[in-house]
Amino acid sequence: MIQTALIIWLLPLAAFVINIFIGKRLPRKGDWVSTGAIGVSFLLSYYMLFQILGNYNPDFALQASVPWIDLGETFKLNMGIYLDNLAVIMTVVVTTVSFLVHVYSIGYMHGEPLYNRFYAYLSLFSFSMLGLIMWDNLFGIYIMWELVGICSYLLIGYYFEKDSAANAGKKAFITNRVGDFGFLIGLLIVFTALGTFNLSDIHQGVSQGQLSGGLLTAAGVLLFAGAIGKSAQFPLHVWLPDAMEGPTPVSALIHAATMVAAGVYLMARLSFMLSLDAMLVVAYVGGFTAIFAATIAITQNDIKRVLAYSTISQLGYMIMAMGVGSYTAGFFHLTTHAMFKAGLFLGSGSVIHAVHHAMDKTGSHGDPNDIRNMGGFKDKMPVTYITFVIFSLALSGIPFFSGFLSKDAILGGTLAFAMSQSNPIHYLLPVFGFGAAFITAFYMFRLIIKTFLGQPQKPELYEHVHESPKVMTVPLMVLAALSIWFIYTLPSVNPMGAAGGWFMHLIRQPISAVAAQLGHPVYIITEHAEHAAHVNGIIISIILAFGGILLAFAFYFWKKVDVEALTEKIKPLYNLSLNKYYFDEIYQATVINGLLAWNNLLKWFDENIIDFIVNFSAKVVRVFSAFDGKFDNLVIDGMVNAVADMTLQFGRGFKKLQTGQIQYYIMGALLGTFLIIIFTLI
Amino acid sequence: MGLISLAVFFPVIGALIILFVPKKNLNAIRIISAVVTFIPLVVASYMWSQFNYGMIGVDTESQFQFVEHLSWIPAYNIEYFVGLDGISFPMFWLTTLISFIAVFASWNIPKAQKGYFSLLLLLVTSMLGVFVALDFFLFYIFWEVMLLPMYFLIGIWGGPRREYAAIKFFLYTLFGSVLMLIVMLALYFNVQNPLTGGHTFNMLHMMQQSNHNDWLAMFDVRLWLYIALFIGFAIKVPMFPFHTWLPDAHVEAPTAISVILAGILLKMGTYGIMRISYPIFPDIAAYTSYALAVFGVINILYGAFVAMAQKDLKKLVAYSSVSHMGFVLLGLAVFTSAGINGALFQMFSHGMITAMLFLLVGVIYDRAHHREIEGFGGLAVSMPVYAGVASLAFFAALGLPGMTGFIAEALVFIGAFSVYRVLTILAALGIIITAGYVLWTMQRVFLGKLNPKYEKIEEINGRELFTLIPLAILTVFFGIYPIPILNLMKTSLNYLITLIP
Repeated sequence: MIQTALIIWLLPLAAFVINIFIGKRLPRKGDWVSTGAIGVSFLLSYYMLFQILGNYNPDFALQASVPWIDLGETFKLNMGIYLDNLAVIMTVVVTTVSFLVHVYSIGYMHGEPLYNRFYAYLSLFSFSMLGLIMWDNLFGIYIMWELVGICSYLLIGYYFEKDSAANAGKKAFITNRVGDFGFLIGLLIVFTALGTFNLSDIHQGVSQGQLSGGLLTAAGVLLFAGAIGKSAQFPLHVWLPDAMEGPTPVSALIHAATMVAAGVYLMARLSFMLSLDAMLVVAYVGGFTAIFAATIAITQNDIKRVLAYSTISQLGYMIMAMGVGSYTAGFFHLTTHAMFKAGLFLGSGSVIHAVHHAMDKTGSHGDPNDIRNMGGFKDKMPVTYITFVIFSLALSGIPFFSGFLSKDAILGGTLAFAMSQSNPIHYLLPVFGFGAAFITAFYMFRLIIKTFLGQPQKPELYEHVHESPKVMTVPLMVLAALSIWFIYTLPSVNPMGAAGGWFMHLIRQPISAVAAQLGHPVYIITEHAEHAAHVNGIIISIILAFGGILLAFAFYFWKKVDVEALTEKIKPLYNLSLNKYYFDEIYQATVINGLLAWNNLLKWFDENIIDFIVNFSAKVVRVFSAFDGKFDNLVIDGMVNAVADMTLQFGRGFKKLQTGQIQYYIMGALLGTFLIIIFTLI
Repeated sequence: MGLISLAVFFPVIGALIILFVPKKNLNAIRIISAVVTFIPLVVASYMWSQFNYGMIGVDTESQFQFVEHLSWIPAYNIEYFVGLDGISFPMFWLTTLISFIAVFASWNIPKAQKGYFSLLLLLVTSMLGVFVALDFFLFYIFWEVMLLPMYFLIGIWGGPRREYAAIKFFLYTLFGSVLMLIVMLALYFNVQNPLTGGHTFNMLHMMQQSNHNDWLAMFDVRLWLYIALFIGFAIKVPMFPFHTWLPDAHVEAPTAISVILAGILLKMGTYGIMRISYPIFPDIAAYTSYALAVFGVINILYGAFVAMAQKDLKKLVAYSSVSHMGFVLLGLAVFTSAGINGALFQMFSHGMITAMLFLLVGVIYDRAHHREIEGFGGLAVSMPVYAGVASLAFFAALGLPGMTGFIAEALVFIGAFSVYRVLTILAALGIIITAGYVLWTMQRVFLGKLNPKYEKIEEINGRELFTLIPLAILTVFFGIYPIPILNLMKTSLNYLITLIP
């Protein structure tokens, strides 16, 4: 099975290498290479899935690793694969969505100039994402975590000639890096305390209490910071809506179904080492994000942005589930959400594709993503419409669809958690959850009504709208099928709960290392609370979901309420939501402008203080040497010259004696001789 | 003659031959340069295949490899003593590679090619000499000889402010050399050669504390000698606040010289610390380590912040070097296996990555004749291959996994965190800032609407690709599989940290 996993993982890498170098020259620009590679991975992943279904063992796990970096006793790093039910099911989710997106893109991306590069990046992403799932140690996960980030950057910026796309890619990567900074520090705490990155070894180390107390909480929260970035949780959620600048299939694959869920997956992988306090942080960040993002989705007019905020909100649910200890429910929602949200994005892509072509035909300009240009498309695009409704029903949590099961499991979990805690403040979490569920149903049906129902808002465009080709609609149908409840509840077909199904059986919360360390469970959730929460949860959530849908129809379809007037009445609130609570503006004004000003200040300091000192010292030396030169010239050399002058003057004086006339010399000689004689005689 | 001497002196012999080639025979000059830099690369690669991974080196002559030990100026006990160990070999090999690449990057140098290539080859010999010398005097000579060709290469073939930059570079580094000279002489007169009883320039003798006399055993003396020597090396790194010669020198230097400057010369500072400062003054190294770590973190953050504010592409890359060399200092300061191996790995990795970046800046400068970041835009449309290679290099610079920079930085972080928690957290902030300036730069140069001025700009050519591809391949290969490099160095480095009390 390890070999199968390796092949699944490496095939997309091979496709990436082929397509990036020679894709352009291949027939069909190499789309079949990437699609074929992920197709084989897709089949093999189902082979693995059937194997674990055959085992039907919740504790199934396989591990194999090879040494990688070895610096001697103090530092050894192995790299390996860890396969348990969680990893296998996640692999299936990723290869399924990825394969369908590859197929869909053949239609959607047809004729794009950088077609081969698009497929190369998709392959690189699939490889990185699969590595993230399978690797057995946090260091390896971090590596793949960064790689999926760069793929996301490359694909968001695919239309790089558009400034908005280039900006969005950059923003996504840098925002993620902020979270990764926390992730990295968390890794360092873990390694310093335990001397290992291997997940099983960390489990053992934490169980034995080698990492405990505040440091354990800090490690948990910091690692969670990585998930806040990747899963676009508050306050690092700002990158995901902008990431919609990427091609729509990319939004479906990376920014809805898989990469953004990596944060949730990481929390699932690390749930064993989350302390009570860390879990509370996780729960509240997730819960708040769920409702916060939902309130933004209500007012957006860009079809993809509605879905983006919806994704943030749903990821908040999953994160909240991890925080309240509803591990299985959180991962369950990840799986079901991946299918129906990828479907929603691909559906929206189908709509945008149609509007885009209609705009080209009519020569009109405008934003093909704007729902104010749509309306009444249901007759023109029946397949897209029906599947879109199925996905929306699943997302809204309506029975007989997968989303109902998983969302209800989370809501039940939060409710049970709140009921078991002594502090009533924790009822906030289920309130967030149920509130978001109501809003979700409302905004999804607002979207459906505005897009597919009612009168066409732009009749001239409507005339030219057509259903998308089969290569795009078939993936929608497959995903719609995967949003039906019994896929996840077999062998049971109970539409009200997945408790008897294979999924709930295979995905079981791992034994908490923190509990082992403390000697008691991290959370105590009573059986009574669990039962009561389940029953009440179902009732409340069904009421809220239908309530939301009805309200949407009342507002936008039956027009029982004058939406315009209502908007006017609550203008400040409306603007707050429409402008996403001004987070982009606030970050721009504080963090980004602050950083740029700080950089310029340091640049000034570098040029005018440090370099000034350097140049000043040089100048001082020069002034000194100039002075020294003068001194040398005037004093030292002056003295030398004075001596020379004196000699010269002297010589000039004596020169007079040297007349060159022989009679003077003879006279001198005689005079001398005469004087000598006189002296000797005396 | 041993393999080391063969590799070290081949380039300078080439320089001499070039002096006899007529000025007009430009191709002969180029080909000779390529050949005499290719031979050291071949020799060094062969030596790699023969390298014994178990030998420690550092302070024991018998543990060095490829040793050549001859008497040179017996009157002053100066020896021709060269050898390689795990600390020097990675840098030695990298120097042969970068030098070979530099010749091709210099192919179209516009004037006085004969002088240029002979000076370049002299520079290569002196650089290789620095990495193999085990006699302090010999080390000092190679170190000083390096300055001269560098001065002329910047001062004659450089940009508009070349004279200012060349003199600044020369004087600044000379100031460091003077300090080094003083320390060298102080050591010479106070270290006894255990074999002869006389004075010695042998570094390995200097590393044995038992050879030190009483004066040299005094703490204050050692501290001041260490600091003087350290400043000499810190200028080369360059460590904040001694870094301002670097941006000027880089901006004015021709491309190939920037490549050598950033790829090799900067590493000599930290190499000197590993090779000389630490083994001779291990106690002081431990005593001052906290300060070194602080300076390392300042380098990382300060360099990154200032880089982000730059408008000139080459200056930006220069400041990114300041930032990346900070990781080396931080890794050096912690005396853990991961930390010091990370430091040397970063030296190796940054040598390749920054060389690529300077080559890439050169490519664009040759075409556009300016380096204003804001003056480009959308080049990915007109130069897709160039943009692809540049993206790889920039991603490597921001520490993307799968490339060497990530391994180096990760090792430094891991090694440093257990020693200096807060400093490491501050240093880790650098990963955000770096991502910021790298991606922002890439966006301004390559993305967005194509600047109509550059619609017809010529795509990167074969010769330029030839200089970049080997580095790109190695950056990725050793990023995924760093083991060959780590194996080279870990034995020596793990031993080196045991010397530190």
